[in-house]
Parts: sequence; structure tokens; C-alpha cells
Amino acid sequence: MTNKNILISGNEACAEAAITAGCRFYAGYPITPQNELTKYMAERMREVGGVFIQSESEIAAINMVFGASLAGAKAMTSSSGPGISLKQEGISYIAACRLPAVIINVMRGGPGLGNIAPAQGDYFQATRGGGHGDYRTIVLAPASVSESALLTYRAFELTEKYRVPAIILSDGMIGQMMETVSSKIFDKKEVENKRNWILTGCAGRQPRLVKSLFLEQGALEGLNKTLQQTYKKIEQKEVIVETDYEKDSKLLVVSYGSVSRIVKACVKKLRKQNIKVGFIRPVTLWPFPHFEVKKLAGKKTNFLVVEMSEGQMVEDVRLAAEGRSKVYFYGRSGGHIPTEEEIAKEIKKYIK
Amino acid sequence: MKKIFGKPDSLTDKRTHYCPGCGHGIIHRLIAEVIDELSMREKTIGVAPVGCAVLAYDYWNFDVTEAAHGRPPAVATGIKRVLPDKLVFTYQGDGDLAAIGTAEIIHAANRAENISVFFVNNGVYGMTGGQLAPTTVLGQRTATAPLGRDYKLDGYPLKISEMLSVLPGVVFLERTSIFNVANIIKTKQAIKKSLIAQIERKGFSMVEILSPCPVYWGLSPKQAMDRIKEEVTKEYPLGIIKEQN
Repeated sequence: MTNKNILISGNEACAEAAITAGCRFYAGYPITPQNELTKYMAERMREVGGVFIQSESEIAAINMVFGASLAGAKAMTSSSGPGISLKQEGISYIAACRLPAVIINVMRGGPGLGNIAPAQGDYFQATRGGGHGDYRTIVLAPASVSESALLTYRAFELTEKYRVPAIILSDGMIGQMMETVSSKIFDKKEVENKRNWILTGCAGRQPRLVKSLFLEQGALEGLNKTLQQTYKKIEQKEVIVETDYEKDSKLLVVSYGSVSRIVKACVKKLRKQNIKVGFIRPVTLWPFPHFEVKKLAGKKTNFLVVEMSEGQMVEDVRLAAEGRSKVYFYGRSGGHIPTEEEIAKEIKKYIK
Repeated sequence: MKKIFGKPDSLTDKRTHYCPGCGHGIIHRLIAEVIDELSMREKTIGVAPVGCAVLAYDYWNFDVTEAAHGRPPAVATGIKRVLPDKLVFTYQGDGDLAAIGTAEIIHAANRAENISVFFVNNGVYGMTGGQLAPTTVLGQRTATAPLGRDYKLDGYPLKISEMLSVLPGVVFLERTSIFNVANIIKTKQAIKKSLIAQIERKGFSMVEILSPCPVYWGLSPKQAMDRIKEEVTKEYPLGIIKEQN
């Protein structure tokens, strides 16, 4: 493949990266701001001989993904907040049946119907399981179009490796804006599919069962323990976090996704003015970089968490800091994006 | 000695958990017999429902999954689109198919998904204690319609088969019952037609089977069978509702 620059949206980058990873089943339902992704899949699945279904609902879409995954396909669905809420039933079943699946949430303003502008109000829903029962999902948060592609590909690797559903937590800004990316990021091999538990008809083997009902004494707790062991492994091995100026900072600004780019620009500018401020960006929201944040916490360093919500990730930062540092918060919501000036003003409140 | 009758290969040896006089055991067996006769056991993937028949996966001796309540047609869609050469069917009760899963069944039928649906209609939620189902007939007492179904409060019995019959994607629809041997044989023939339609890639097909729930009808097994014949079939007439060549 010759390397060239292509202009593409974050939503399309997610879709093309999924195709690169070997995704051959997509089911989705229209919702703004993720419609470019569904449209792209409708065309691309035809070209690569995969399956595209515009489902009757988000509930049906996630259950189609459930069926496709247990039949052996790499499968994906995408939506935005209101639709992701509907998918939670299915995500819980997928987690319980230990099926690989990728779910893309291009976040918009909420709660309720909210609006269609970028927001980060679905952090709790994504990082706490989201549906009923004792489970987790892997959550990756891109901050650019090229990262939308890289992390979607990574999501397919991780979900295949651990049999835990993986969520891309994008937002209306990352999803809909276009950036130039190198075509190289789509020049990868398909993610290896080593599933030896799928349902394909029982020719030459014993019948198999994929289910999430466990009535026998101890069986369900057994499943939960297995899940927890897997989650522990993921927490140990799969944390991705980006930090800058963390060594000598009096204040570390913690942010993720689209707003982290504004924070980054702001921190760089303030550093030129000799203000001792640094930058932490969790790329994996679950597993959250608890250890990395804890290491940086202490009397000399405080945290400022900036989110496009009324304060969700801030709770994880507080948990990680374990009371050793002060944790401040600045958030805008309902589709408002904090400006560099707003953030700089906020930073200066805590660094004299 | 020549063996003239035996358990179908498509059934396991496990004893069912069903109540005395329940219809699920008979219907599980009919499906298993047909799959054996079509030599499709090793190519079959069944989708079990939420409800009394959730443990169907323990009784069938082929690949089975279990879907969330009402979602078997969506799960079956995912499986069949990935594995178009396999035999894929859903087994669903009236709460699953006609209440919480109404959207899924209508749209799977309308997409002409090449799957078979076995819809067991006994007019109550058996697993949860005999509540009103969308298919409960008028006047029938249930846990949540203690004075009997009243259309002013509970609406009318929902006729999903008749509703699906207007969809061009549906190639075969029959309502049968199992209240006597003749009707058990007819049910088996309908199951066979449905699975053959799928093997011939004709499109969506469904068999609605009127089945007894003696426990939550407050009747003996014999009385429950008689009630289907005398009362239930008046609301839900038996026979082929749609057959496309």
C-alpha cells in the first residue's frame, strides 16, 4: 500500500479501522452524531463481503452483534448516548457470555434526548459496566481522527484477546471533524481470530452452548470470579496514559478525549510563561490509570480535572489520589466546549 | 430384534423440568424428530428464549444459545447472516415473542430473514407465576387479571400470526396445537415445512403452537388439553395462515 494522506472524519476512521481489523458484521440504527459511521459501513461491508444491517432498534442491533459474535464473526455496532442506553441490556449479556464485540459511542449532550453537540456525560455509563450485573467493559477514548482509527483497531485486538466487550468513547467533535491521516494506519493485518468456542453446528464435536443463565449453586459466582480474574489482568497490562511536564508540576490537569487537546495546548502555552502545570490524559478510561495518578499524587502536586460533563472522571482521580492531593474540577456540559482561556483562568486559580 | 422406536438423536438424556401436562416437552421432541429426519442435527443452531423454555438448551443435543427476553429473532438474524448454510431457529413463548419482543419478530419477518420460528402460545407467563400475556383470551383469569381479562383494562388478545401474514417476507405461517395425537402430527408436519422452507432459502416462516399450561390455567392436564380444543381455538383458529410457493 502506498502511503498517502487522506482526509477523513473520526467516525469514518473508526469504521475503516474496524474493517482493517477484520470486522465483517455491523448492525446499527441512525442517531446523530454517529451517522457517518453507519453510512460508511453500509458501503464498505458490501465491498468487503461483510454483513451490514440497519436494525429496527439499538436493542436489535446489539443482539444481532451478540448472534454474529457467537457465530464467529468480528462484530461491531455504534451509536450515541440515548442509543447506547438501549444497548446496555445486550452489552450485559455479551459480557456474561464472554463474547468479543466492539461498541462505539459518539457521545452527545445528555441526559434524556439532550442535544447533538459534543459532550462527555457517558463516562460513568461506559466505565462502570453500564448494564445490570457485575461486569466491566474496556473503554478507549480517542482524542483525534487518527487515534479513532488506532484505538478502534486496538479495541478489536483487546476484545478478541480477553473476550470482554470494548467501547470506543468518542464524541461529536472527534466523530464529525475531519483531519488528515496517513493511509498507513489502515495498512495492518486482520486481528487474529482464535475462537474455539463458537456455535457453527456440532459436526465432529460435542454440542456447544453459549448462555448467561446459571441456576446451579455456585455456578454464577464461578463465572463472576472468572470475569474478575480477566479484569485484573486487563488492569495490570492494558493501561494507556499520556503525561507531560508531570515531574515538576504543581498542578496536573487531567482530561480525556476531545477536550484533552484544548487542555494540552493550554498547558503548553502556560509552560512558556513558566507556570508549573502539567498534563495527564487517560487513553484507557477503563482500566483507569489509577497507579499512574497515585504515583504523581502528593503534597506538592494537586489535580485539576477538566471534562465536558458536570464531573464524572473526577471521581476516579479522587479515588486514585487517595486524599494525598487536592482534586479540583472544571466542567462544561450540554454541548459547551471549554475554551483555552477558560481553562487557563481555572489553572491560574490553583497556581499562585 | 429390530428397533422400531427410539429417542431422537437431537434430544439429550436429561429429564425436563416442566410441570405435569406442560406442552414444551412434546414440542421439543417434535423439533428434535424433524431435525433428525432432515439429517440436520450437526448443522443446527437453536436460540432458546427467556421463560419456561429457557432450559431448552439442556434438552436439545445440538448447538444452542440463549437470548435476552424477546431478542431471539435479532440474535438468530446475527447467526444466520454469518452462517447462511446452517439451520437456525428460535423457540419463543408468548410473552417473549408477542410482548417484549414484538419489534424483533415483526422486523425479522419483514426482512425475510431465512430463519424458522417456533412460537409456543399458552396464554400466560408460566415462569413468573401465571401473569396476563398479550395472547390471554378475554375473560381468562390470571395472576395480574384476577377478574379475568377485560379489554377495557388489558386490551385484546394479540394475533401475531395474522399480523405477520400481511408481510411479503413471510413464506409460511401455520397455527397448530398439540391437544390430541392428530394435532401433534399436524404440528410436526408444520415444523418440517418451516425448516424445509429455510433449507430451500425461501425466507421467514413461523409455526404458532397452542399449548397447555395446566398449572396456571388451574386445570388438570386433561382438562387443559380440552380447553385448547373447546375455547382457545375459537380465539386462535388452527390451520395454515399463509403459504407461498
